[in-house]
Amino acid sequence: MPVFERFFFDTYGLIEKDLESYLGEALGAGGDYADLYFEYTTTSSLLLDESIIKNATEGISVGCGVRVIAGDQTGYAYTDDLSPERIRKAAGIAAHIAHGPSQVHSVGLTATGTPNNYYPVDSPSTERELKEKLELANRADRAARAHDSRIKQVRVSYGDQVRHILIAGSDGRLVTDYQPLLRLSVFCIAQSNDGTNRLQSGTSGGGGRVGLDFFEGDKTPEYFAREAARQAIVQLDAREAPAGEMEVVLGPGWPGILLHEAIGHGLEADFNRKGLSAFSGRVGQRVASDICTVVDDGTIPNRRGSLNVDDEGTPTQYNVLIEKGILRSYLQDKLSSRLMNTSLTGSGRRESYAHIPMPRMTNTYMLAGESTPEEIIASVPKGVYAAHFGGGQVDIINGKFVFSASEAYLIEDGKITQPIRGATLIGDGPTALTRVTEVGNDLRLDEGVGTCGKEGQSVPVGVGLPTIKISRLTLGGTGVAAG
Amino acid sequence: MENGHLENLAQDIVKQAMKSGVSGAEVTLQEEEEFSTTVRLGKVESLKESAAKGLGLRLLWGTRSASSYTSDFSSQSLSRLVARTVAMAQITSEDPAGVMPEAELMATEVADLGLYSPDVSEIGADQKIELARRAEEAALAVDPKITNSEGSSFDSTSGTRVLANSLGFLGSYRFSTCSVAAVPLAEQNGNKQRDFWYSVARSLAKLDEPEKVGREAARRALRRLGARKVKTAQVPIVFDPETARSLVGHLFEAARGDAIYRSASFLTGKLGKQLAPEYINLLDDALRPGGFGSRPFDDEGVTSRVTPLVEKGKLSHYLLNCYSARKLGLKTTANARRGLSGPTVVGPNNLYLEPGTTAPEDIIRSVQRGFYVTELMGFGTNIVTGDYSRGAAGLWIEKGELTHPVEEVTIAGNLNDMLLHIEEVGTDLEFRSSIASPTLLITGMTVAGA
Repeated sequence: MPVFERFFFDTYGLIEKDLESYLGEALGAGGDYADLYFEYTTTSSLLLDESIIKNATEGISVGCGVRVIAGDQTGYAYTDDLSPERIRKAAGIAAHIAHGPSQVHSVGLTATGTPNNYYPVDSPSTERELKEKLELANRADRAARAHDSRIKQVRVSYGDQVRHILIAGSDGRLVTDYQPLLRLSVFCIAQSNDGTNRLQSGTSGGGGRVGLDFFEGDKTPEYFAREAARQAIVQLDAREAPAGEMEVVLGPGWPGILLHEAIGHGLEADFNRKGLSAFSGRVGQRVASDICTVVDDGTIPNRRGSLNVDDEGTPTQYNVLIEKGILRSYLQDKLSSRLMNTSLTGSGRRESYAHIPMPRMTNTYMLAGESTPEEIIASVPKGVYAAHFGGGQVDIINGKFVFSASEAYLIEDGKITQPIRGATLIGDGPTALTRVTEVGNDLRLDEGVGTCGKEGQSVPVGVGLPTIKISRLTLGGTGVAAG
Repeated sequence: MENGHLENLAQDIVKQAMKSGVSGAEVTLQEEEEFSTTVRLGKVESLKESAAKGLGLRLLWGTRSASSYTSDFSSQSLSRLVARTVAMAQITSEDPAGVMPEAELMATEVADLGLYSPDVSEIGADQKIELARRAEEAALAVDPKITNSEGSSFDSTSGTRVLANSLGFLGSYRFSTCSVAAVPLAEQNGNKQRDFWYSVARSLAKLDEPEKVGREAARRALRRLGARKVKTAQVPIVFDPETARSLVGHLFEAARGDAIYRSASFLTGKLGKQLAPEYINLLDDALRPGGFGSRPFDDEGVTSRVTPLVEKGKLSHYLLNCYSARKLGLKTTANARRGLSGPTVVGPNNLYLEPGTTAPEDIIRSVQRGFYVTELMGFGTNIVTGDYSRGAAGLWIEKGELTHPVEEVTIAGNLNDMLLHIEEVGTDLEFRSSIASPTLLITGMTVAGA
């Protein structure tokens, strides 16, 4: 169902003829391509702490970014004032990147609409009463405290936004989108009651491109609250993690951050075009064991990382990055696909109108395999099972990545035994997936709270993973050396 | 940039809010100009120039509060924002700690701390591009093994910050920063490594020569070539100033009042306790001339000051805004920070560890076998427990000499123990952000590798 939104036309009096003239101005010094990115975002957020609402915040951000591409050079300027004079001024500044006579004399825009709507929402959260959102936070708080008397602190944060965008390109495309997004996060601190007063924390949360009715299904505020509380309680009895190389089993869902860090960033086309990635020039080569197929899919309904169109107006798609272990494709934006002479993948994203687009991931996950998770765990004589993770990071050039387990256990004789704490895993992107020896049949996507940072820009993303076994990865604990 | 119109706007919004019956109002306004360029392999890769503005509002309805943010300054939009914020404030929770600051805390004069220099916006784009170009050129010229570059960049911002509140406070100040950075790539026998270096200052005149930045970036990338894992071991660890600074950052996270009153920090209840050896002093100084965290008043209008966090190894103060101070029955330390779009939180001013008496070279020389850490990765720090485990890269130390580069290892410990085991503090304190530390030597940590 194609969607074309009149929002900027109706609210700010934009007309197509003006957009065409701004684009003409942007190409006034002879750039190859120009686009305008209009954005209007409203946000609301709540913080519940000590069982009371400590903050309620609303925000409005409006602006227009003008980009001009000339060869491999980008000129960019933005304005938070949508008056014609200010947009023209921004177009003039962005035009400076090129040096020559205007090449495109007139741009004729055609409203194309988005081909699909992956996130139809009947009642956007930003139009719902604040009281409804307060109640979600209160429910989470009560459920976490009721879960166990050792839960001493609960913090719940709720945030939502609705983003209207309009993109007009000198290729004649005029696209709009309307992007809802919300999340609820719960953070708990548990204190042991055995006299030592040890403290531990747990977090959980979920959301997506959904309305408030998301929380009426099985993913209730109570569900996330109990999960955060459970993690904190489990950690109370955790011992120090071992240190050194060992066999590691990653649980399903959020541990898919491994793919995001180890593989995903290294496949973003900007790094590869410049020869700056550990994966540069490796399309067609083996980068994973033959049971690994990894995709980046911006089209999954209602997921946090999904988009109808990327921030350059290109429809998103299902991109196979690694097929049975062989590297198939990079993630492209307009600039890199032009220069690499390949097709677009719908991966050009930006944090806001104040930012230059670049290739980014959407929802990155590994397809399910054939083993059952029980079989995988039973096959490990001595190792570690990582069920949940915090954040991760990667050095694109040498491929080294790191991520921190927030819930992990020892595996001894094929059985999950003691919880361990403070475990960071470090590995090498191009080789880590070649050591995947088992892939489970239990693919799960994360709950929908992930945010990815690159060069100072944050965008919402998703990850997913079935249970997998990696034959060798370094675990960074403080405990006695393994092996 | 004149401050007058912004000051008037801020006061107008406070007045408008007070007319609608709120019991307190606080308006923060910021206007800034931004420039950034990246030069890669001698050519401009990107050029960005813009002006941005934002207004943050906080209103009190009795002891209930709400906040809001907008980048749209049209009077119609601002009136609607005030009305919506008033409506929100009426339905949030009663919270006696969240009321306006005590009037006597408000800054009565706005000290000139040297935060603004006009030269940052006076030079043209071409000259700024040239600075970035020179940094990259210098990096590429250092060695034929420097084969590629992620680019060099020049960034600058300058702007004005205004705060007005219903206690009658009105203050504003201008600020500027500029920086030049280089990110070269070194390559040998198929092994690729990158590193970076940068210089940052409030004024162009104080920026390092771009050639110096480029050469240092190249030196750092080259020394990583041939990096390998080491065997898992417990050895002394030397943190260079860039990585040591992150430890001071963790200490801030643990000593901030909001973490303390929630018991969400390993420093909860440790006021007055010995945290570190006697030669450790940690200060938060908002008044340092030209400091990156300096400001004449904090984001609640409270007079800036110097707060010792750790004195002779003892935890002497938490860092507080008005809210966390009330929760703990203490006085604010003027550490309120507000990013316009969010609530007021606790933030560092210039937080630094006082330099010691040993030169950094001598610290390395004193280590028989250890790890000199120059880069940390990931988020493996737990402020609640103090557990610390992060990815690391750097150089191996044997008999006081740097021998070979190291990568793909982690270092782990617990911040409580790490603080007690700071054995040496270097003389090399340099302010490159609002948080700074000299070189540190810490014992008792585990390096995990092969």
